[in-house]
Amino acid sequence: MERESANTRDQAPPSGPAIVVEGLTKRFGGRTAFADVTLSVEYGEVFGFLGPNGAGKSTTVRTLGTLLAPTSGSATVAGLPLHPANSGEIRRRIAVMPESPGLYPRLSVAENLDFFAGLYELDHRRSRIERSLRAVNLLDRADDPCRSLSKGLRQRVGLARALLSDPRILFLDEPTSGLDPLAAHDVHELIDGLRKRGVTIFLTTHRLAEAEALCDRVGILNTTLRTIGRPDDLRERLFAKTLEVSTRAPLTEPDSVFADLPGVDGWRRGDDAGEHTTYVLTITDADLAAPAVARAVVTGGADLLTLNPSRHSLQEVYLQLVNEDVEAQAR
Amino acid sequence: MTKMTKMTNQVRPQQPTERATGRLSRTRILALVRKELNDFRRNRLIATTMAVMPLLFMIEPVITVFKLPANAPASRLDALVGVATLELMLIPALVPAVVASYAVVGEREQGTLEPVLTTPIRPSEFLLGKALAVFLPALGVAYTMYGVFLAAVGLFAHANVAHDIFEVPRIVAQLLFTPLLALWSIWAAIAVSTRAGDVRVAQQLSSLASLPPLAVTALVGFDVVKPTTTVAVVIGAALLLVDTVAWRLVSAFFHSERLVTGAKPA
Repeated sequence: MERESANTRDQAPPSGPAIVVEGLTKRFGGRTAFADVTLSVEYGEVFGFLGPNGAGKSTTVRTLGTLLAPTSGSATVAGLPLHPANSGEIRRRIAVMPESPGLYPRLSVAENLDFFAGLYELDHRRSRIERSLRAVNLLDRADDPCRSLSKGLRQRVGLARALLSDPRILFLDEPTSGLDPLAAHDVHELIDGLRKRGVTIFLTTHRLAEAEALCDRVGILNTTLRTIGRPDDLRERLFAKTLEVSTRAPLTEPDSVFADLPGVDGWRRGDDAGEHTTYVLTITDADLAAPAVARAVVTGGADLLTLNPSRHSLQEVYLQLVNEDVEAQAR
Repeated sequence: MTKMTKMTNQVRPQQPTERATGRLSRTRILALVRKELNDFRRNRLIATTMAVMPLLFMIEPVITVFKLPANAPASRLDALVGVATLELMLIPALVPAVVASYAVVGEREQGTLEPVLTTPIRPSEFLLGKALAVFLPALGVAYTMYGVFLAAVGLFAHANVAHDIFEVPRIVAQLLFTPLLALWSIWAAIAVSTRAGDVRVAQQLSSLASLPPLAVTALVGFDVVKPTTTVAVVIGAALLLVDTVAWRLVSAFFHSERLVTGAKPA
């Protein structure tokens, strides 16, 4: 096997998916951490792995990171089958940042990174450390003991450590857990920067806004993988598209106004706000329906105030799926 | 980055898979040793243990030997020299046990174990690095204390007392047993550390676990077994065998899955 170049991101992206998981299951005795997970992540993609606490997200990351052996199923990580014989080489090609940054508090930032650079047997350690610290804007804190850093800064050092070996895949497990909004925003910017540099990121989180802002695709895990796709696709898959029409006064004959309009499947009265009247239309295509609805409302003699296509948040998608599980369990 | 440790360019060996090559990585082991030594220096509890405990175990034998009169009967002389020797042996037995008990449980408590185990380091390299980082300073301290003891005896003790202590087989035994006792203590402490729930429990159990081999060395110290160079070498070889088995056992029972999740590996 050819030795990997230390700086993988300067090379052409490797062919094939970064991660392929098929029917992967992990049990601890009688307890199932996750079961029958099947997914694929492409190189350069930011993949969000969402789920409630105890859903098996971190265990999945630990399994893909070769720390835990799967009970059944198979996976390929960074081009190598997930097998004990490959664990050393897989670890060389990936980096994992656990929820806790795990730094030695008495050692300086640079000493921490130097230690990990040694574990990866990296060349040009000094310049790599400088580059990693520059990437997270911490070069000026290189000599500070880690115990003197705030939680947000420690998280940044954890990211710098993960970047040291120029991994093909970066696993980030709850990188903003416990951070204040400002520190979390800093981490988001760093992740966004990595995405722009083409780093493949497998991000576990239960911050849905974070996933929505950063991820190309998301998977929602609740022991089993409930769904996977682009946030927009998930919204469409789970929720009917709607158009919200607000008029100054009620339409006299809404049935006839909304009947036979292109792209409109049906309508219902919405929750009226103040003196306005709201109608919610089920549509198939917003571009087709919106102009026709606007014309029909005006022709029907009403004052059209607003016309908004519905936008369900990823949070609504997530809650819909997780609540389905809760209801299924209750039954 | 002014104070950053001077870093040398390392050449990474070809290591396609863990099983395909059984070679250990010296770079990774040394990185771990260097990190541990840096951390020990700044850990007040470990630094104090390394400094104070050996002094206590050295001062008592010196006082014992100095109190011996010139005309002490041979039996009393042998007994007291035996006690002094045993006390000096406590340094390589207890000091590394206390320090090595931090090895795994300490990493787990501060949340650094998982990040380390997700790097390419192999369990055997991790354990060797941890062991070496304790062994080197412990050996240095133990030999230094023994040297100070010998110097004090040579300079200030009565001639017949000094003669007894300076017997070649005694010195050979002390020099030979010191690293071997330290190694036993280290492996026993690391084994305890992989199982213990917190550092204090690990320390206490490790201290206890370090003591059994002292009984063997005490046989020589108290002249139960006549201290000859051959006897010292034979006992040393037996201790070396025990140490090797202990290392193998600790490596075999080191499961990252159990350490990270607390669950038994399948």
